[in-house]
Amino acid sequence: MHDRGGGPTDTPIDRSEHELAHWELLTDALVGALAGRGLMNVDEMRRGIEGMPPDEYERASYYERWLYSIETVLAEKGVLASGELDARLGR
Amino acid sequence: MRYRPGQRVRVAARPHEGHHRTPGYVKGKIGSVERAHASFMNPETRAYGEDGLPEQQLYLVRFAQSDVWPDYSGPRDDGIYVDVFEHWLEEAE
Repeated sequence: MHDRGGGPTDTPIDRSEHELAHWELLTDALVGALAGRGLMNVDEMRRGIEGMPPDEYERASYYERWLYSIETVLAEKGVLASGELDARLGR
Repeated sequence: MRYRPGQRVRVAARPHEGHHRTPGYVKGKIGSVERAHASFMNPETRAYGEDGLPEQQLYLVRFAQSDVWPDYSGPRDDGIYVDVFEHWLEEAE
C-alpha cells in the first residue's frame, strides 16, 4: 500500500483521542531502540509498511503496521531468523 | 540549492517504483517554493538499507487547493503545503 493520500472514502475521520495500550508504547520504544542501534531506520519502516498486502494493511491498526514492518525488515537483515518470533510465541 | 522561495516549480509526473515520499496528488502540479528546509538523506535509497547519500535538498512547496483537487469547493486562496525533495522538482515558467 503506497500513496493513499487523496483517495476517495465514505468513512469519516475518527478524530477522537484514545489511550495507547501498553504494547503500543512498547512498539514505539522498540523502533527508537532499533534506530539507536542502527538496526533499522524510519525509511525502512515506512517501506516495510507500504509492502504489506493491501488487505492486511487495511485490517491492521497503526502500531500493528509498525510491528509488521519491524518483523519484515529485521527478518530481511537476518536479525530475526525465519520463524523465530513464531517459535518464541509458541505458535 | 537550485530553487529559491517564491519560485514556481512543477513536481515531476514520473512514476517511481518503490518507496518515495512525493505524494501522487501533487505529481505534475505547479506550486511555489515557500521555503527551503535543509538537506536530508534520501529516503528512496535509505529505505533499502543504503546510506541515503548524497543528501537531497528538501523544500516546502505551496499548491493552490483548487489546482490539486479538481472539485475543490473551499475558498480560492486555500493552499496545501507539501515537503518535496529537489530531485522531484522542475522549473515551471
